[in-house]
Amino acid sequence: MAEPAATVNDETAVQAQTPKKELGPVFKLASGPTKWLDDRIGVAGLGRPFLRKVFPDHWSFLLGEIALYSFIVLILSGIFLTIWFKPSMAEIEYEGSYELLRGLQMSEAYASTLDLSFDIRGGLLLRQMHHWAAAVFVAAMLTHSLRIFFTGAFRKPREINWLIGVAMLALGVVEGFAGYSLPDDLLSGTGLRFVDGLIRAIPVIGTWAEFFTFAGEFPGELIIPRLYMVHILLVPALLLGLIAAHLALVVYHKHTQYPGPGRVQGNVVGYPVFPVYAAKAGGFFLIVFGVLTLMGATMQINPVWVFGPYNPAEITAGSQPDWYMGFVEGGIRLMPNWEWHIGSTTWSWNVAIPGLGLMGLFFGLMAIYPFVEAWVTGDKREHHVLDRPRNAPTRTAFGVAAITGYALLMLGGGNDLVATQFHVSLNSVTRVLRVAVFVGPVIAFLVAKRICIGLQRSDRDRMLHGAEAGVIDRAPSGKYSERHRPISEGEAFMLTQHEDIPALLPATDTDGFSVKEIKREQRRRKATRFYFIDTLRRPTRAEIEEAAHHHMHAMAIEGDGEHHAIEPEPVEEHPLAK
Amino acid sequence: MSDDTSHGQPGTEVATVDEERYPVPDPGLEEHLPRLTDVDKNAADRATRQVATFFGLVPILSIGFVVVYFAVPGEAWVDFGPLRANSRNLLLGLTFGLALLFLGMGAVQWARKLMDDEEMIDYRHSAASSDDDKNYMLTELDKVVDESKITRRKIIGRTLLAALATILLPMIVGLADLGPWPTKKKRAETIERTIWAPGVRVVQDVTFAPIKPEDIEIGQLINAEPANLQELHGSEFQIEKAKAAVIVVRMDPNTITIPPSREGWQIGGILCYSKICTHVGCPISLWEQQTHHLLCPCHQSTFDLGDAGKVVFGPANRPLPQLPITTDAEGYIVAQRDFLVPPGPSYFERDSRHDSP
Amino acid sequence: MRGIRVRLLSSRRRHPAAKALLLVFGLFMMGALYSVIAPPSQVSADTGNSQQIQEGKALFAVGCASCHGLNGEGQTSGTIQGPPLAGVGAAAVDFQVSTGRMPMAKPGEQAPVKPNRYTEEEIAALAAYVATLGPGPAIPEPAEYDPANLSAEDLARGGELFRTNCSACHNFEGAGGALPNGKYAPPLIGLDHKRIYQAMLTGPQQMPVFSDEVLTPEDKRAIIGYLDSLHEQPTNGGLALGGLGPVSEGLWAWIIGLGGLICFAIWIAAKGAKAK
Repeated sequence: MAEPAATVNDETAVQAQTPKKELGPVFKLASGPTKWLDDRIGVAGLGRPFLRKVFPDHWSFLLGEIALYSFIVLILSGIFLTIWFKPSMAEIEYEGSYELLRGLQMSEAYASTLDLSFDIRGGLLLRQMHHWAAAVFVAAMLTHSLRIFFTGAFRKPREINWLIGVAMLALGVVEGFAGYSLPDDLLSGTGLRFVDGLIRAIPVIGTWAEFFTFAGEFPGELIIPRLYMVHILLVPALLLGLIAAHLALVVYHKHTQYPGPGRVQGNVVGYPVFPVYAAKAGGFFLIVFGVLTLMGATMQINPVWVFGPYNPAEITAGSQPDWYMGFVEGGIRLMPNWEWHIGSTTWSWNVAIPGLGLMGLFFGLMAIYPFVEAWVTGDKREHHVLDRPRNAPTRTAFGVAAITGYALLMLGGGNDLVATQFHVSLNSVTRVLRVAVFVGPVIAFLVAKRICIGLQRSDRDRMLHGAEAGVIDRAPSGKYSERHRPISEGEAFMLTQHEDIPALLPATDTDGFSVKEIKREQRRRKATRFYFIDTLRRPTRAEIEEAAHHHMHAMAIEGDGEHHAIEPEPVEEHPLAK
Repeated sequence: MSDDTSHGQPGTEVATVDEERYPVPDPGLEEHLPRLTDVDKNAADRATRQVATFFGLVPILSIGFVVVYFAVPGEAWVDFGPLRANSRNLLLGLTFGLALLFLGMGAVQWARKLMDDEEMIDYRHSAASSDDDKNYMLTELDKVVDESKITRRKIIGRTLLAALATILLPMIVGLADLGPWPTKKKRAETIERTIWAPGVRVVQDVTFAPIKPEDIEIGQLINAEPANLQELHGSEFQIEKAKAAVIVVRMDPNTITIPPSREGWQIGGILCYSKICTHVGCPISLWEQQTHHLLCPCHQSTFDLGDAGKVVFGPANRPLPQLPITTDAEGYIVAQRDFLVPPGPSYFERDSRHDSP
Repeated sequence: MRGIRVRLLSSRRRHPAAKALLLVFGLFMMGALYSVIAPPSQVSADTGNSQQIQEGKALFAVGCASCHGLNGEGQTSGTIQGPPLAGVGAAAVDFQVSTGRMPMAKPGEQAPVKPNRYTEEEIAALAAYVATLGPGPAIPEPAEYDPANLSAEDLARGGELFRTNCSACHNFEGAGGALPNGKYAPPLIGLDHKRIYQAMLTGPQQMPVFSDEVLTPEDKRAIIGYLDSLHEQPTNGGLALGGLGPVSEGLWAWIIGLGGLICFAIWIAAKGAKAK
């Protein structure tokens, strides 16, 4: 019903537009406030591009959401904790309700953590939720980045988003370390001691970095308040900014999609944001929140009251950092004791190489990979359809090798637990792993590559010979064979939708290029050959038609069954054919 | 069908006719099959009931949370199989967690079973801006530069650059008091010394009871501190403890190697070593009394206390510093002096040539 | 007569033998004084119940002599080795045999706990016999190791002592830990008070000795009391997940946290049953 807009001057009044449709009760109620907002900030215009934006539906696309939602849980539970936590290293005597620490001297940080755990209702639940959420946050980010890696979603135009993701992973690890060091308990204090030794051992600038971090000697009285600032202000602010940029880019580029019928470079197929995607995503947020809460209710994590307050002369057997620092811990344990004593200087390679070098290597390799692959393939086009991992065998093999190396380092980080749980010698475990972290990834690379190629072969078989139909024939000669039926068009399209990237031979037409350029191109081609020479080529249309023709022909001669596909009489498509 | 793809925009591809690129032509989106809940009214009703039940349980659980919060005492605990846990924590978490979970599962079930599940198609655009936009920006930027007059008055640009570069200097220098500067003098006062001094008694950690040599048996380990540590408090206490903590061990003199220079550092097989690992500083007291090996639990550096604390395994490089001890007039163990080398982890300016005897 | 005696001594005070005699007398007095006032850290070589000792000697010959020698003198060379037992004391025997560690089934780095096949009388007999080989720690009395009636402050002090002296090998929860070359510090959960006390007192195998003069019986009791309370109290936060710290926590975060959420994700994105 038309109503004139309420403005002072009628001549400049803007007529409100009337909605044409008859509104339901909910919308009727909301129409007043909505109009108020729209008159001021144009919500309809803002919302238009997003209301029906399309997001493809696959479980592996929800990994990033697990990370995002755990982050939200971290913020909400973290706010609760900050209301009671005291980030102070001032020494007080404990007067709370946990009997076994009664009367001991401890920092206010530790005492307030005990208060949260025993004397504030819900405090222990939130502490545990917070810590489980942190562990799941980093795990989800890592798994999500693995999905991106194995499906090639980091290719143009998403390299920047990949870098943002690597940065968030790094920040997440730092944030977790800062967070679990705040209670100033024995276990995390030992971790801080390790970091103090690590910083100190950096060649040239070590003592300066150490003194600047701890405001003097370890432990000093400022490290906990400083870590608190980093943990609740600096890194969350950076993370929020990066998350906003990350999501904005996903919206701008639109989400990638797996290959399939009707799904091509130029489109994206899926459900609209409202109502389906919002319900699923919103529901998933609540599910993540719920699962983390249930974990906090039933699974004990970080029982600081058992560790005791930090004491630089106390230690526990089985001192490990949280899981995401495990690979650095492994590097530090496995590293041989190399140190140079040159004149009056000490160069501690035994600490600096695994401590800084491994972190640098891990995040550095992750960051540059998209650019390395782009250089190798020479591919400058945009990619919006994902790769099935088997169709990029070398990339997949590199990923598996990296995972293997990471896992072996983590095993090294728990070498004393391996020794006690499996009744083997600690020293032997260490020695074996020293070799395994180099040999393992190489073996993993070779095995993974061969598995991918094997899967490509089976895809090719399916294309040319069809799928096994589960019907066994016995030929008059006595031979058994299984009937095959042709796969659906949709599946056939999906299996052949990827590109064959040729393994280039060395360039021969080199006129008009400088020596430097030629050398570079030859090197690139060598890399391309390494990447693609073993990859199976897709069957061509001619080969597919020939195979189909061959099978029909074979059936005409009363097919003798030898795993040739026999064109059956028209059967309706099996309802589960994709 | 599949002609939705031919948009001819940069980055898109034509699917159907390109034989080489697509040996099998794109059959287009698969036919949309209705779900059970779309055709079967009973299934749809059942799904509706499921969603409503999920949502309906949430208020019950939320109120349950409130009841538990006020009614369950903090000391109560539940003993159920492998679970021996605090009741209040368990119940608060179960009520709140299940409430959240059911709310979420209800929403998801609603979307999966009842909301329209027709997939939609959206079309992509190239990530690059349109030529139109690019041209506009280039021409306008040209104008912007002209209007700023910077090209004619180059000195503005140059001085601006210098100004911007140096305005950061106050911000960086402002951080210089992040900590004391570890100059040679400062290091000598801090990380290169401990509170051990001639005559300071070696006392047991925690109890601060002094020790007599005759009370120590072969194979005994004592975690010890300097007696003057008791006079310190707060962060000073922690800082000094982190450097001065020691262990006292007694071994059969016939089974160990005592270098000639250290003959006077021990009392009949009783030796005192720094407790702080030379790798990255964890305190060590994992001592094997028969092998005389001391294992640091952090990264498994192993030191042979029967051979001047030298490293026998693991990532530590320097031997464990030894504290020279003797007995005082009343027969208690005292230090002869401070450590001869700085205990604890390595640092760049450390002169590590004198660690071995 | 008194006067004559005094004159006798004082008139000989410059006798050449006077110094030597005086020295001997002084040493004798010091020794006697010391033996009276010094606390007995070890029970003197026991003359005890000779029947029990004979029994013990017989049991020893059968079960222990093959490694430790017929007179407990030890064997430190050859494939079968056993340290000399002079001075280990009754407490060590009681500990080692009642936990089944001794006799070792086969030579190895460490004697594992196994079912004990000796009765209490037999163990007492063995202990009595070994005690005669040399002075060593006696079997402690309940008053020494029973942690009843400890105050909260005592227990807290016990915790500090535990974390300073014991957790380095046995872990913050007493769940045990790794030692070099296949050896280990065993878990301390659910152990007899007397055994814990004896282990601290005698330092079995690689474990260091914590003598009563340094770590007093009160200290030891506080540690035992702390361990009791620690293991009795519930795991406040829920399931203990092994008590191994962040390693097990990380494992469960992946399996239950991420794994569970991925299961939900698969459910969310799954295309359900179709009508046709």
